[in-house]
Amino acid sequence: MRGAEFLQVPLSVLLKEQPFVRDFFEAQGILPEAPDSRTVERLILDLPEDVLEDLGVGRKQLSEDFVSFMEGMAALAGDDGIRVRSLTVFGGCDKAGKPENVQLTLKPGDVVSIVGPTGSGKSRLLADIEWMADNDTPTGRKILINGEAPDKSWRFSPEHKLVAQLSQNMNFVMDLSAREFITMHAESRFIQNPDETVNLILKEANKLAGECFEPDAPITSLSGGQSRALMIADTAFLSRSPIVLIDEIENAGIDRKKALELLIREEKIVLMATHDPILALMADRRVVIRNGGIRDILDTSEAERENLTVLEEMDRKLLELRNRLRNGGRIEEIN
Amino acid sequence: MKVVTVSGPPSSGKTAVILKVIDALVANGTAVGVAKFDCLSTDDDKLYEAKGIPVQKGLSGALCPDHYFVSNIEACYQWGEKQGLDMLISESAGLCNRCSPHIKDITAVCVIDNLSGVNTPKKVGPMLKSADIVVITKGDIVSQAEREVFAARVRQVNPRAAIMNINGITGQGAAELATLFQDAHDIDTLKGLRLRFSMPAALCSYCLGETRIGESYQMGNVRRMDIADDTGGAK
Repeated sequence: MRGAEFLQVPLSVLLKEQPFVRDFFEAQGILPEAPDSRTVERLILDLPEDVLEDLGVGRKQLSEDFVSFMEGMAALAGDDGIRVRSLTVFGGCDKAGKPENVQLTLKPGDVVSIVGPTGSGKSRLLADIEWMADNDTPTGRKILINGEAPDKSWRFSPEHKLVAQLSQNMNFVMDLSAREFITMHAESRFIQNPDETVNLILKEANKLAGECFEPDAPITSLSGGQSRALMIADTAFLSRSPIVLIDEIENAGIDRKKALELLIREEKIVLMATHDPILALMADRRVVIRNGGIRDILDTSEAERENLTVLEEMDRKLLELRNRLRNGGRIEEIN
Repeated sequence: MKVVTVSGPPSSGKTAVILKVIDALVANGTAVGVAKFDCLSTDDDKLYEAKGIPVQKGLSGALCPDHYFVSNIEACYQWGEKQGLDMLISESAGLCNRCSPHIKDITAVCVIDNLSGVNTPKKVGPMLKSADIVVITKGDIVSQAEREVFAARVRQVNPRAAIMNINGITGQGAAELATLFQDAHDIDTLKGLRLRFSMPAALCSYCLGETRIGESYQMGNVRRMDIADDTGGAK
């Protein structure tokens, strides 16, 4: 079904077959209280003038909105997402106007870290990718998907959203439990078996978090580490976006290695702005940013990979001490 | 001259977003001016002036702010023409959620913030529902999942708008939003254009200065709440 055909279906049938239709009518404030066998077109035509007046919407607009809502949902539920086989960044200029002269191509499963002082332009690079820059951002960079310039309309269409961004801030403001919140998110994504996916996310999040949390815990009560763990698991399993941008996950009280493995397992391209040596060395490559431009792209060397083992051992020891502290122990012996 | 109407609930970040968009517009050589509408007081005009942006300030005082807007916007347009502007941005707060300054064929923007709660999109009327571009702010304060849930809620009430997350503090996304402002088409006058939706009516004794409470003082356009009589039932 497509376009205006949606208007010819009885509301009761639509509500049964596509439960999200309820959200539209509820949000518009015109959901009938009893089951309604009128077609959507009829229902809209029958709305009294004063009801429309109060809602601040016209019949024509309502019909058109309904049709675009249904088309948007169909695209979101269908398999119209983008299969990203490659992401290419063509360099632009740094803040001084000096050309970057780089070309960076990434494939699913690739992990790249982005390093540079605060304010050097790490977030700008992430923003250029998110916007699918086409020489129309301050850096003049150009982004290709699968070797081609992506369609401009993708910038605004949720079903073509390329990038999920895990930002530095992980506060929650909604008054919901972890389970309710993830369920609400799953519903907005049209996941087929929401309960199954929600359970998986809660289980994986608890594996990442230093301290476990109950599914019924209010999200506003979660610690920084628990919140991040929840959002990483959520991004891995709920997000359709093939690219994940991570802004600084250090000091997070989560198992960073498992977090990355989770994202890579789901075939994501992962870019992370970081100052954390462990995360940086876990990446295959790292992009060095200076003065708004890409200064260098380094492959993680053999020696660095060996040092990663040493760093991880140090990290493990620290974690052990943290747990000892948490359980009321003393730190008089370090081995 | 191009005209863009920007509206949104109070404190949603309209001024911060416009200031960042103006930076990008000015960098492209666009001459921008602002008509700022508010009710009792605003210092936002000083923020625009500090950037060297021509600004007109209008305070509606005891009048309905959006009625005030529509009675003055054409004069603001004339002022903008005299200033030699390429683009006039009007900024007005939608205070009762039912009003909307958006005009047919004029690019309409609604600014709404992530912190206002998931139910807010359905509480806001034509200002949000009939906007071409919905800007969501304060995304840096909440998680990715909350941003997505909020955007999905906005999409339920306005499926056709371009929805953008903009950071009013760092300006992330503002350069991108500026390109959409620039897509607005040039017009010669606002005279004869129509509002996208009629404004709420208010023509009763209280409009004319009545302050006493009670049915006998009420005249004109008065509507009664539907209060169920449940006194008969056993508790």
